[in-house]
Formats: sequence, structure tokens, C-alpha cells
Amino acid sequence: MARYVLRRFGLAVITLFILSIVVFTVSAVLPGSVGRAILGPFADKRSVDQLNNELGVNGPLLNRYFRWASHAIRGDFGNSYKYKSPVMDFVSKSLTSSLKLALLTLVIVVPLGVIGGTIAALRQGKALDRIITITGLSLAVTPEFVIGIVMILLFAVKLGWLPSGGTPKGAILDQLKVMLLPALTLTAILFGYLSRMARAGAIEALNSDYTRTATLKGLPRHVVLRRHVMRNSLLPTIAVIASQMSYLLGGLLVTETLFNYRGLGLLVADAARGKDIPMLMGAVFIVGALAMMMSLLADLLIAWLNPRVRLGAKQ
Amino acid sequence: MTDAPEAGTPHAGPATSSKDIRKELRGLLYRSKTFIVGMLILAFWVFCAIAPGVVARQDPAAIEPASKWIHPFFKDGHFIGTDRRGADVFSRVIHGAREIMIIAPAATIVGTVVGVVLGLAMGYFRGPLDDILSRVIEALMSLPVILVTLLALTALTGGRLTIILLIGFLFGPIIARTVRAAVLTERNLDYVRAAELRGERASYIMFAEILPNVFGPIVVEFTVRLGYAVFTMAGLAFLGFGTQPGSPDWGRSIFEERSSLLSDVWWPSMMPALALASLVVAINMVADAIQGMIDR
Repeated sequence: MARYVLRRFGLAVITLFILSIVVFTVSAVLPGSVGRAILGPFADKRSVDQLNNELGVNGPLLNRYFRWASHAIRGDFGNSYKYKSPVMDFVSKSLTSSLKLALLTLVIVVPLGVIGGTIAALRQGKALDRIITITGLSLAVTPEFVIGIVMILLFAVKLGWLPSGGTPKGAILDQLKVMLLPALTLTAILFGYLSRMARAGAIEALNSDYTRTATLKGLPRHVVLRRHVMRNSLLPTIAVIASQMSYLLGGLLVTETLFNYRGLGLLVADAARGKDIPMLMGAVFIVGALAMMMSLLADLLIAWLNPRVRLGAKQ
Repeated sequence: MTDAPEAGTPHAGPATSSKDIRKELRGLLYRSKTFIVGMLILAFWVFCAIAPGVVARQDPAAIEPASKWIHPFFKDGHFIGTDRRGADVFSRVIHGAREIMIIAPAATIVGTVVGVVLGLAMGYFRGPLDDILSRVIEALMSLPVILVTLLALTALTGGRLTIILLIGFLFGPIIARTVRAAVLTERNLDYVRAAELRGERASYIMFAEILPNVFGPIVVEFTVRLGYAVFTMAGLAFLGFGTQPGSPDWGRSIFEERSSLLSDVWWPSMMPALALASLVVAINMVADAIQGMIDR
């Protein structure tokens, strides 16, 4: 286990390093001039040069990278070009909102996915199985804003049950009301992947010797399902959450824009539209680091839950 | 969508040549309902992208502020109403197919070429090259594609070609992983050993010997990635990138018309949304059918 953890941490550090290079390269090397990109094609050369100096985008590439990275590692991404105040203040504030939304999504989608997948497995090949599988997969491949506008039309405009967007504040119940539609949109997309994995895990568990033994020794059906089948379909579900984490974070970009929800996604989208390069670099780096940390956490959780990995057996 | 092709002819016997096998597989595909329905929808949108004027006679750019927000259906000569500028929604939806039907397939082709070359090299040579590239790919995959594309589009001036190359190069490594895995199982087979003993060049072995045998997984990966490319491109357009304001592109239309949703004017945003949904679901039906056929 110790060796696995060490290896996995090593991989995480490498990922973080590559991430920093990608963020730096894409935003600082590819274009001719950052100042030109911000000020537009009609600005005179003097003010472009001056802005480039201010932003610290002049000088040898390697120096610039180390200057940026050494600050970034301490959480200092410089000042936002638009608001003239530290990027990190904006990022940490919207990070909390985004994490709240991601958490609510997971709280809804994980039980739903496991239960849906188990029901599909119990009815394998029957109509209910096909309905769950086909609905799940169709929702999973549909862009989140398509599902989102259906949700807004249905629950906000036609029925008037929930607000069509905004940022949560005040009492917990009010916050939940605002967060529910964006969370349900993300849920709709993740449900397909999750229930498919849970279904596969449950089918395997249903056909296993230990489930047969549990049934034969006279355990009630719901105990067998809960203790043996559901528990085993949880493992692949956690694995798929890990692999969908970067997707979930990318999905925040579009979902938060649609619902006007002040989180990291909206921050990135606004920074990109306003060509606020320091803000964009900081926010993208944090999102990437977050995605990496989540997948690290999920991998360690899987290893801890799975004795074959925990005890260091070869695959 | 797990509607795999129905069981083939029960006593067809072993197919003798690769031509027979291919014929049999094609036969299976044509009998799959998922494949046929997916292909029909796909063909419709391809046709709209090529000749939108045949399907929708009205000019999608004709603006008439006086007749804005006409309700659907078939009122004042508009099949599904008009948008906030009085343009015909049906015509805009049909014309909106073109941009995404150019960018998504082109980006997927770029990504597949990059992925096949990388994957063949990684799987065939292995060693340190493979180790390093594998780590880089794992790192890249933990980054949301749409995020990196957005980052790059802010710095570059984002024309159509830029978006195609960006999505293509970001998809390349993901495709490379699938190709590499397929090459690894082929690599130790006798025909590769034989070619090596004959003294063939590495490039010949990779492209002439191994590539035809890993074609199946590549086709599946291509169709699946095509779906993701549509998804990514639509997301970018929705965020206001890659298309011009006022363009009939579906993602862009939804972005521009979404505020009228709150006044219960649903058709200018919901119709392009339905079009987009039908396209991605169709692509995934085709992908699913091909996958089901190859897995047999």
C-alpha cells in the first residue's frame, strides 16, 4: 500500500508540473504578444510594450516560467488585469461556490446512480433496464446547456418552483433552492456514466459465489442486496467519478454560465471573454490542480477499499 | 442504445478471407436498428450542412424587427416562429448545422491522425519514449478539454482553423492511448516477428502490418470522439467563442436567445437545442452499434 501511495503521489507531482507548463505555454508563448491580445489590433506599439512590461511577459521564456511558477506555487497569481486586485481573492471566493455545487451534485447523483444501476442489473435485459440505460446514455452525451435550458423552462418558467439562476446566499434552504437546478443539470449528465458502472458491478456481484452463499444461508433479499450487491457496485462507481472529475469541472464552465452562478466556471468564462490573462491562468491552474487532486483522492479511496490493491498484488 | 446487432446467421460457418469477414460485419451493421436510425439522423444533418437552402427556403439572416417572437407553428409563413430579431427560427436551425458539421469532423480527423501516429510509435517502440508520453497524456487527460481550448483561444485569434487544430491536438493523446493499448496486444504476434525477421523498416511494420489489424478500435474511437467534438464545439460556441455574433450556429443561438426563455419564449433556444441533442445522440447510436459489432 505504501509503495502504491508513494507512486501515486509521484504521478500527481508530475501532473502538476505538466499542468503548470501547459497553462504557461498556452497563454504566454503561443500568441505574438499578450499586450496586443488585450489591447487589440489598433493600439499603438508603445502602450502595447508598456503593458507587456507591466504584466511581466517580456524577457527570456525560461525566466518568465520560473517567475510565474514560483509565485503560483505560493498561491500568488498576480493581479487581475480587469479588477487590479489579486487573482487569488477572486479564485478562492468562487472556488467555495463551485465546490458547494459539485458536492450537492455528488450527493444527488451517487445514490441515484448506484440505485439506478442496481435496479437495471436486477431487471437485466427487461424493459426497465433498457429504459434506465438508454435514458442515462442519451442524457450523458447531450451538452449540459441543452439539458439546462429544458430544466429552466420546466421548473423555473412553466412551474415556477425554483429560481432560474443566481448565486446562493442567506439561509441554507434558500441556497439549496438556487443550487438545485444547476446541480440537477450536472446530475443528468453524470447519471449515465455512474449507473452504467454500477450496473456492471452489480451484475458481477449478483453472479458471484458470495451472493449465492448469502442467499442460500437464508439472509433476507434486501440484506443481500445492501450488504453484498450494492457495496460491490460502489467500487466501480467511485472509479468512474474519479475519471469524470475533470469532466464535471469542465461542465461547471457551461452550467455556471447558463445559470449565472458565481463560481470558478463563470470566473474562467468571464476572464476568457474579457481577455484577463492573469485571472484566466490562475483560475485554469486551480481547476486543473483540483481535478488532479480529486482523481488522486478517488484512486487512494479505491485502493483502500480494494484489498487486492491494498495488499500490493499484481493485476 | 445497447441494441447490438441481432445474432447473425446461426450456421454461417467460419469466414474464410478477410473480405468475407468484412462482408459479414457489414451485414450485421445493416441489421442493427440503432445503426440505421443513427445514420438516418446523421445523414439529414450532413445534407442540411451541404445544402441548407433546399430544406429551408427562407433566408436565415433576414431580420424583421416588426415580426419578432412569432409563436410556432405555421403562423405568418413561419414554421416554428421567429426569434428576437424576427428571423425565421426553422431556417436558422437548418443553416446552423454547417459550422459544427465542418469543425467537429475536421477536428476529429486531426485528432485521429495525431493519435494513430503517437499510439503506433508508443506501442511499437515502448521504452522511455512510451513512459514519458504516457505520463504527459495522463496529465493532459486530467485537464478539461474545453478549459484548455478556452485558454488558448483567448491568446490566439480564434478562427475556424485554430479551433479545429486545438480540439484535434487535445483529442490526439486520448486516441493515442486506445491505439497504444491495441498495438501492445498485436506487437507480440507472429506476423510482426516475421516482418521484423524479414528486416522490414519500423515504419513499414507499424503502418502496413499493425495498423490494418487495429482498425476496429480506431473506428470506434473515431465515432466516440466525434460525439465529444460536437459537444466541445457546441460548448465553446455557447460560451461565445469560435462563431460570430448573430451566426445561426446552434450553440451561439442558444447563448444569444436564452434570456427570452424567461419570458416563456422557448422556441428560439429550444429548437437549436433539440437539433444539437438529436445530432449527438445520433452519433452515439452509430458509435454504440459499431462498438457492439466489433466486441462480438
